[in-house]
Amino acid sequence: MLDIINLSKTFNRGTINEVKSLNGINCHVEESSFVVLLGTNGSGKSTLLNAVAGTFLPDEGQIKLAGINITRLSEHQRARYIGRVFQNPFLGTAPEMTIAENLALASKRGLTRSFNWAVKKHVREELKKKIMALNMGLEDRLDHPIGMLSGGQRQALTLLMATWLKPELLLLDEHTAALDPKTAAKVIQLTGDLIRHSHLTTLMVTHSMQQAVNMGDRILMLHQGRIVYDFGGQDKQRLKAGDLVALFDEIRRKEQIDIHVAELISQQYI
Amino acid sequence: MSLLIGAFTIGLILALLSLGMFMSYRVFNFADITAEGTITFGASIAASLIVAGFPPVLATLCALFGGFLAGVITGIIHTKFEINGLLSGILVMTALYSVNLHVLGRSNVPLMLETTLVQQFESVGQGIFGFAENITIFGSMVTAGSLYILIFIILLIIIAGLLLYGFLRSEIGTAMRATGNNPQMIRALGVNTQFMIITGLGISNALIGLSGALLAQFQGFADVQMGIGMLVWGLASVIIGEALIGEKTLGYLIAGAIFGSLIFRLLVAVALRIGLNPNDLKLITAVFVLIALVLPKILKKTKLTGGLTNA
Repeated sequence: MLDIINLSKTFNRGTINEVKSLNGINCHVEESSFVVLLGTNGSGKSTLLNAVAGTFLPDEGQIKLAGINITRLSEHQRARYIGRVFQNPFLGTAPEMTIAENLALASKRGLTRSFNWAVKKHVREELKKKIMALNMGLEDRLDHPIGMLSGGQRQALTLLMATWLKPELLLLDEHTAALDPKTAAKVIQLTGDLIRHSHLTTLMVTHSMQQAVNMGDRILMLHQGRIVYDFGGQDKQRLKAGDLVALFDEIRRKEQIDIHVAELISQQYI
Repeated sequence: MSLLIGAFTIGLILALLSLGMFMSYRVFNFADITAEGTITFGASIAASLIVAGFPPVLATLCALFGGFLAGVITGIIHTKFEINGLLSGILVMTALYSVNLHVLGRSNVPLMLETTLVQQFESVGQGIFGFAENITIFGSMVTAGSLYILIFIILLIIIAGLLLYGFLRSEIGTAMRATGNNPQMIRALGVNTQFMIITGLGISNALIGLSGALLAQFQGFADVQMGIGMLVWGLASVIIGEALIGEKTLGYLIAGAIFGSLIFRLLVAVALRIGLNPNDLKLITAVFVLIALVLPKILKKTKLTGGLTNA
């Protein structure tokens, strides 16, 4: 379904701030599989997600989705195939526009837009039904600006919007990180339901080990722009949050050893 | 009374300017100073074509198209070359000054002896109502012609307002509003935001060009200086309209922009009548807009916001 081939990206090349964010990433994601991306800050997991979404173009490598090479497509051209939910609940919806208008916009994701009325009667009925299923009492507030809703409500609606037309790929970028634990749990549950219901191929970035263990059928752990661990199938089922924490510690220890070794070498040779 | 009707008519003609400003300033949050060049551009195109013997309707449509083009150029400079919005507008506005001089051929072209759209409104009105004498309203005399002109302009503004409303509620129009409101979100939903900004600024300036063309025909001349201060003028109208109506939904905002222009023009007419020095007009307008922009922030800080946030 999704093929990432030797993907590399360096930001601020040739300056002091040069960062090699993606360092030759290779990975193949099966159709309807749910992949969780883990990693420390700056490991490249969000960068990988953004590369797939088309926020920037990679220096090297290819991205293929459903048989189409999307490497050089711009962000809005890829939107036909990809649904996205952002970390920041404010990024996924247009605050000054109504709930109905936001959802109507999403109902045309990647399609040609016309001069027809945006919120037609049958669209309205349909979105009312879908919003009713959220159980948040939003169906009576269709004509309120979406900016008046809480972060959790907006994130739930963004999820609904991203999956309104079944995407080839769903990208979730720490989409519960900015929510309080109770709301986060609700949004996570909704996420799971939506993905299971439509068998969506999903990439999800998270910081929560518990989420990583409970959700999805594969875990990719990134470090310094590379995939360092890949757990799928039974390995993934057996994995516990503690195991993941231990792996993180190990990565960190290795990193520190590297620094010490570097210091030793510099002391001896300079 | 005829002063009032004149002020009304100009207020309505300039309502097209405030609709254009609404489009750039409220939809895209972009104070598009191209407006000052475009309104003159529209006036220049219409005036020169009418003097050259073209039918006034065609001349006015060309002005509308010229305005669209100017807006598109600003949009391209802003999006494709990533130049700051205000600077893009200033570049096009400055360039338009020379273009306008070329189009006009000199700094001022009178239209007193020509048949303009406004005169056509007058004669069509007389044909329909069969009445050409003076009419007495509230005890003062007005010419029937000026009333006919007003009626036609009112119709025109209603049509323009409805078209703009319909467009902004359409699938493309909502995508355009979302582009101004949250570009990241609408890109993720497959909309080319650069295209939306370019087209949107085109529509905005088309309205402003139309406003200029009608203004020149109503006042009987086109002048290369007539655009100066028009941006603030349009902003003032949009702001007054919002404060007046208080509702933030699209239909009310569009109606607000129209009424704002009307009321602003009436205020100006009254102020000039009771002895305001015309030289101070732009200073006072600028101060007014500044107050309108700053007041809500001060009120917010001092927590006196209750019901006054829209002022």
